[in-house]
Amino acid sequence: MNNEGPQAGIVIIGGGHAGGSAAAFLRQYGYKGALTLVGTEPLLPYQRPPLSKAWLKGEATAESLALRPARFYTQQNVETRLGVTATALDRAAHTVTLSDGTTLAYTKLILALGSRARPLALPGRDLGGVMELRSAADADRLQAALKPGARLAVVGGGFIGLEVTASAIALGASATVIEREARVLARVACPPLSAFVQDYHRGKGVDVRLATGVEALEGASGQVTGVRLADGGLVPCDVALIGVGALSNDALAQAAGLDCANGIVVDIAARTSDPDIYAVGDCTNRPLPMYGQMVRLESVPNAIEQAKQAAADITGRAPPMPEIPWFWSDQFDLRLQMAGLPFGATQTVLRGVPDVAGFAIFHLAPDDTVLAVEAINAPADFMAGRVLVTKQKQVAPGLLADLSSDMKTLAA
Amino acid sequence: MPTITYIEFNGTSHSIEVENGLSVMEGAVNNNVPGIDADCGGSCACATCHVFVDDAWLAKCGTPDTQEKSMLGFAATAQENSRLACQITVTDALDGLVVRMPEAQH
Repeated sequence: MNNEGPQAGIVIIGGGHAGGSAAAFLRQYGYKGALTLVGTEPLLPYQRPPLSKAWLKGEATAESLALRPARFYTQQNVETRLGVTATALDRAAHTVTLSDGTTLAYTKLILALGSRARPLALPGRDLGGVMELRSAADADRLQAALKPGARLAVVGGGFIGLEVTASAIALGASATVIEREARVLARVACPPLSAFVQDYHRGKGVDVRLATGVEALEGASGQVTGVRLADGGLVPCDVALIGVGALSNDALAQAAGLDCANGIVVDIAARTSDPDIYAVGDCTNRPLPMYGQMVRLESVPNAIEQAKQAAADITGRAPPMPEIPWFWSDQFDLRLQMAGLPFGATQTVLRGVPDVAGFAIFHLAPDDTVLAVEAINAPADFMAGRVLVTKQKQVAPGLLADLSSDMKTLAA
Repeated sequence: MPTITYIEFNGTSHSIEVENGLSVMEGAVNNNVPGIDADCGGSCACATCHVFVDDAWLAKCGTPDTQEKSMLGFAATAQENSRLACQITVTDALDGLVVRMPEAQH
């Protein structure tokens, strides 16, 4: 193999948060060899969370969006190959073929392939004005369409749909959210939290349609004009955003015969079924030892944690401290912060009154072990909950609900 | 450009020139200083950029707002001089600032 010369080193496929972080941690942890970062998008690794928020509202710059400045990659001796996609992985030869026809040899490979918006097989899907939001380019298209007075229809009441909705209202557009389930955030939050969030959106003038299916996207002259509902109704719109979840970009791994099941299967050190290949971020299905479950997490903290796991394993460093999953979302003046996953929870404890002033919901196992916390505008309760979940502490529900209980004492 | 000194928990020191207007967190991340993770990218949502500010500099770094105080209150290793580095903006007045890192951010 000509290309397996002394230049072969670590290759990272994927230039998102996970891939960019893996490169940084490898250097932090003392890896001195060749390091190549391959990204499909033309941009250096950037933060995706602001795309639906600050970036959409024009409050962020390309500089502030970037994870690290361009000079970082030069200084850290990371070769970047942007605007190219890995098309084939030859595990026996230890090579990856890129879309520009070149081949990279690797000693260790890190797959940070990310996820993509779940496609919705709807008539009219290809009309102009029908969008999804994953990349900065998607966000730019969306921003251009969300002019004051524009009518936005959002299919899917998840984090992305609701964040874009809040930004659209701030931009002077109107918005309708169409959710198939009986509540928004059905996959990620508990019913009382969903109820609060959907009411809050309604109070801001958003038309929230629950338990509503979508039949088709309708248009005229190639441009979307409305969303046809399963009940026959029509939501007129100028822009339709489809935000119905994400799928792992695991095709490359599948084709190479790596174990995949709803994502690339990895262990707690981000190792795939091939000892020379790691996978990190949205594309993985990973163990969560505390819960005894495999999960596919789509979050920045997960991307960073797995990037550390992979970099530590490759450089022979002690594994990072295990973390509990956590998530955040900003919508209007609401900050949602969630930690832990309520697997096996049987008790729901409300701390405070559901109000913009702040409240939290704790989820407990039958033996009062705190499994998860969901907080709105209640950062102290979120942080306390994160500590309680991490420590797997048992707290009597009455104490958590009692606002006179000192959370610092409970979390100590 | 102001110089900020970041001292890792193990004592390793990094003196870095950081542009005015960036946060102390960004100065660390942009230069791959270990120990400041900044999961949330600087929106004061995660408390993974916790630092201890040397006493001489504490007042010059300003006062933490309610959100930051709440987040810091539960950091396992929080002290009187704890700050979130993403909430400190670098200016000429901070030339010479020294911040130290906790053992872990979680």
